[in-house]
Amino acid sequence: MEQTEQSKSRYGMVVDLDKCTGCGDCVVACAIENNVAPAEQKATERTGITWLRVYPVTNGEAFPAHDAVFVPMMCQQCGHHTPCVSVCPQNAVEVDPTTGIVGQIPQRCLGCRYCMTACPFHARYFNWWDPEWPAGTEAQLNPDVAPRMRGVAEKCNFCHGRLHAARTRAAAEGKSNIASPAYTPACAESCPAQAIVFGDLADESSDVARLSKAHDTFRFLSKLGTEPKVYYHSAKEWVRKMADQSPAV
Amino acid sequence: MDQQFIPRGLQRTSFERFLVWVLPWVLMLGIGLYAIYQCLADGLYHTNMDNRFAFGLWIYLDLTVIALGAGAFFTGFLLYILRRDELKAVINSAVVLGLICYSGAVAVLMVDVGQPLRAWFTFWHPNTHSMLTEVTFCLTCYLTVLVIEYLPVILKNRKLRQIPRFLVFEFELHKVMPVFAGVGTFLSFFHQGSLGGLYGVLVGRPFAFREVLGIWPSTFYLFILSAAAAGPSFVLVTTWLVQKISRKRLVQPGVFTYLGKVSGSMLMVYVLLKAVDTLYWINHTAPLEGAAAYAFYTSQSFGSWILFTEIVLLGLVPAVVLLTKRLREIPAVLVSAAFLTCCGIMLNRFVMTIQTLALPTLPFDLLMSYFPSWQEVATFLAVVAYGVILYSLSFRYMTLFPQERDIRQ
Repeated sequence: MEQTEQSKSRYGMVVDLDKCTGCGDCVVACAIENNVAPAEQKATERTGITWLRVYPVTNGEAFPAHDAVFVPMMCQQCGHHTPCVSVCPQNAVEVDPTTGIVGQIPQRCLGCRYCMTACPFHARYFNWWDPEWPAGTEAQLNPDVAPRMRGVAEKCNFCHGRLHAARTRAAAEGKSNIASPAYTPACAESCPAQAIVFGDLADESSDVARLSKAHDTFRFLSKLGTEPKVYYHSAKEWVRKMADQSPAV
Repeated sequence: MDQQFIPRGLQRTSFERFLVWVLPWVLMLGIGLYAIYQCLADGLYHTNMDNRFAFGLWIYLDLTVIALGAGAFFTGFLLYILRRDELKAVINSAVVLGLICYSGAVAVLMVDVGQPLRAWFTFWHPNTHSMLTEVTFCLTCYLTVLVIEYLPVILKNRKLRQIPRFLVFEFELHKVMPVFAGVGTFLSFFHQGSLGGLYGVLVGRPFAFREVLGIWPSTFYLFILSAAAAGPSFVLVTTWLVQKISRKRLVQPGVFTYLGKVSGSMLMVYVLLKAVDTLYWINHTAPLEGAAAYAFYTSQSFGSWILFTEIVLLGLVPAVVLLTKRLREIPAVLVSAAFLTCCGIMLNRFVMTIQTLALPTLPFDLLMSYFPSWQEVATFLAVVAYGVILYSLSFRYMTLFPQERDIRQ
């Protein structure tokens, strides 16, 4: 069998904030791909589920110095002392050693929400309601992704359904593992501005590895030491400075 | 009509008056049970918690009642291990309070989690690195210990004592009680500490995160000390309250002052260490995480007054009062200081739970607000009602204060 994947891949992303227009295509694509149920009527921006959320951020200056960016924020896939992994009482959050992806096992989740409290990026969401699809729309469900039940936490897993499908295809072709990366997450695929680049950070020749080391590339809350695998890029100095600032209370 | 169940030599109010006292609490419990039913049947959308404020009133309640319920383990430790026999006067009451607090906390926790039927998963595939695993294990074991400690109190009831087998069982249980007190103390140390560790390990929350001392964050040790300080004070305040409500003297005054002294000593140690911990956090831990500690206290809701109130007004002040013999011997001052001690620990648990979650972590985020729904409040009050009912029944039909009979005679 052909061995194509490195044993220690680190899947990651670089999001170019200067390219992002805040259109929200990535948010919709993510929800459709991952079988996120339509929001309950009473849901608010704090109780709805958006594995990927776009935050508008301004520099706080008045015109003409006023400037703004859109920050797509998904699970940052922390690579060191992953805050949500160590706190889960029943091992419902696990890091895949072959990809470095932080995965959530909803079938094992107790719904204690300790992981949500631990996540500094607020990238974890809870099913406050029973997920329901209007009659007829169930046909749109992605067969590669299991819908979650009420009372459990969920989050971005870099489109695990697509990873799984890529592994299945590789197996059908007689390969023991997938080429890295053999798939693109829905958000990166759907972005009309091509602001999201996905790949293996451990593969020095990949675009994502090169971009992650580029000048003007940074990570949010890097001082926490959790080593996120989602990087951001902006030529604007105020954006880069903002990423590690203490929030104004 | 229930006189034959009331312990000999004790005077209790008529059954009718007792019913009138209990009825409003039963009503409160009923409303709470309806709220609990809604949350379990429909989902947690009945609460005002959300993805950002994932913990709320219920987790605050759990932390608080478990700290206040520490009177059971600490009184047991002083009585059975350190042989402070004067505490025999309140040990039964302390055990009932502990049982109420712990069982109430576990019951609320079962409503708070999204999938309560999966609670056993923690035992099946536990994450040994999680503080919550430690809390779950110790809480379950200690609740069992409390039930065992409560059994002799029930079996001492004059009707039940007529069954010889119960009498023998109670006698045998009494002999092994120091063992259970020891086990209870050991378990309590761990889960009180783990509840503190719960927040101390949150590396993503610079407001709560504390560096590791040995193998646990400093909040682990601070929670043990603060619980040991709050427990005796809570026993003191409740005993005083029961005296006032029942209009009876239940213990000798010396018991009150001893409880106050124990609580004051623990509180003083706690306050000093808490001050050192806070200074170290302001100057070292928070900056290391890229946060300026002063920024946490710039909002109106959580200004620096909250830190001052917690450490000085509800910490240092009652500690000094409780440790000053002259002040301690004035009943009103003693009870007030014990009450302030309980309030201080309640404020600490509030800060750790609510302020931690309210403070933003992302640079472009704002302060979060949260106000509990009526279902959350009703569930909270149901625990209070359950506590009052169980305590009232225990007080009526069991000997919670062995000195009561002698004082009456």
